Amino acid sequence: MNIVVLVKQVPDTATERKLSSDDNTLDRAASDGVINELDEYAIEEALLLKEKHGGEVTILTMGPDQATDSIRKALSMGADKAVHLVDDALHGSDALQTAYALSKALGTLEFDLVVLGSESTDARTGIVGAALAEYLGLPQLTLAGKVDVDGQAIRIQRATDYGHDVVEAQLPAVVSVVEKINEPRYPSFKLIMQAKKKPVAKLSAADAGIDTALVGLGNAATETVDFAPAPPRAAGTVIKDEGDGGVKAADFLAEKKFV
Amino acid sequence: MTDRNRPPAPDPLDFLALDATLAEEERDIRDTVRDYASRELLPHVAEWFEAGTIPDPRGLAKAFGDLGVFGMHLEGYGCAGASAVAYGLACRELEAVDSGLRSFVSVQGSLAMAAIHKFGSEEQKRAWLPRLAAGEAIGCFGLTEPDSGSDPGSMRTRARRDGPDWVLDGTKMWITNGSVADVAVVWAATDDGIRGFLVPTDTPGFQANTIHRKLSLRASITSELVLEGVRLPGGALLPGSSGLGSPLSCLNEARYGIVWGVVGAARACYAAALDYAATREQFGGPIAAFQLTQRKLAEMVLDVNQAGLTALRVGRLKDAGACHHNHVSLGKFGNVAAAQRVARAARSLHGANGITLEYPVMRHMVNLETVATYEGTEEIHALSIGQAVTGVSAFR
Repeated sequence: MNIVVLVKQVPDTATERKLSSDDNTLDRAASDGVINELDEYAIEEALLLKEKHGGEVTILTMGPDQATDSIRKALSMGADKAVHLVDDALHGSDALQTAYALSKALGTLEFDLVVLGSESTDARTGIVGAALAEYLGLPQLTLAGKVDVDGQAIRIQRATDYGHDVVEAQLPAVVSVVEKINEPRYPSFKLIMQAKKKPVAKLSAADAGIDTALVGLGNAATETVDFAPAPPRAAGTVIKDEGDGGVKAADFLAEKKFV
Repeated sequence: MTDRNRPPAPDPLDFLALDATLAEEERDIRDTVRDYASRELLPHVAEWFEAGTIPDPRGLAKAFGDLGVFGMHLEGYGCAGASAVAYGLACRELEAVDSGLRSFVSVQGSLAMAAIHKFGSEEQKRAWLPRLAAGEAIGCFGLTEPDSGSDPGSMRTRARRDGPDWVLDGTKMWITNGSVADVAVVWAATDDGIRGFLVPTDTPGFQANTIHRKLSLRASITSELVLEGVRLPGGALLPGSSGLGSPLSCLNEARYGIVWGVVGAARACYAAALDYAATREQFGGPIAAFQLTQRKLAEMVLDVNQAGLTALRVGRLKDAGACHHNHVSLGKFGNVAAAQRVARAARSLHGANGITLEYPVMRHMVNLETVATYEGTEEIHALSIGQAVTGVSAFR
């Protein structure tokens, strides 16, 4: 079974993240790029499926040159090869355009399954998986907390507020995963040493057959009009227990609609 | 010359931007160990230190094996074959959490595995190295004895021939992982000089006793090995070992890891002090604003960076095949002392909070007392450097 994992490089959530004041897009120089956390779960799930069913795991990343760091880490976790979709024309693409561009890049690859994290820690739209499945005309199995493949059948547990739904489809399909699905492995030193020898194919928009009139900041369906830093955290409320501490704490939680 | 690459300000945690000189693969290994150590080890280490042990040494060995850190700088037999600098970086990032964890890796990789790799037969290498690399087996290294520390040539452990067999008698002391090991590399005097032996720890007559009441390196298992008529087949001898130089060359490997490791311990103490100084308020402001605090922080960042430079230089020499054991002695001599200065200053800067396990500084500070002693005391390294520069030995 050949699996493509979509990996996005995002700014490290542990650092201060900034938007660029020029065009309201992400300022990539402001913080270190790391693999989007949920995509690490997607990589792990693909590796587990490969260990069970055989085949190859290919990483597909759309992003600027520095995304190669994240591609290398994905290869160090055990993926076999990677495709890097990189083109200045893609700068500023929104979620829908990203799904379109990825669908075109996937058109150049042979796969049975596409796995991705259910959302990214930077944009957090959570729609790329669904939009991609629509572009590809494939079944979408989103928010998977468990994945089983049996021949051409795929079955997932879709996480819901009340527990989970069981969703089935036929391969090829697109699966987005949530973090309870597994525990991503650390790269091993042996794989780190091998990673630089694994094939990484660079794909331009033209190589992928992407119509550049449909992608990029200028052609996006959505626009970031303005942005403002989050307000500093207000001072906490101190409750002094004078025999009524519990009541005060409960009142506070009720006021904030936590209970 | 222009300043076009000048940063807006030096990174307080890598002031001289030493890590910018690392190769991609070295950075990847650094990041992996740092990530693993901060997520899987740091949250537990104070608890282990307080308990005076590592509660699940087999689990830890397996996790280290999965990463590939055991014998990572050795070639073949399941080892990663990374550079000496990459190995040093792994030691640095582990010791930034605790010297005991780096010791675990040093003993397995640089002492037990390196001894087998250097002096073992093909059969011994195949039998042990892949399992030790994977963390499926634990190894220890017995050279030091209760009455034989800096002068290992005075050892009393004897190996005598009895037909095709060897019979070992003696006691080894301060053996990291001795009581959890599957195999011990034991050094013993024979009629033919000092030789190394592979002793499976389930051999009759072999006993390991855990040493308690340590005030340093508490997140580490330290043991005494007692060998009473331990009978081994002829194939237990490490055929390539000959004389005291053999175990000393292994110690040199482990020492190399210390040269890097203590940079991690020092950096962790300095980082803790920096954070504490910025958040601790006295006399209406952060203590970082006081001149005496800034002086301490300036000295700390200087020590951390000078030690880091030394480690990197020794590592590059090693990767170029140009590292003399005196280079490593110089590194251990200088870097451990630098780390001790940083740890003590960080401890004092934390005030009363600094004596607790809530902060890492005193844990590092007392660990470094062990690190200054094992793998060659500060005095021995001073004498070794003295001999190197004068050509005269002052100790033998």
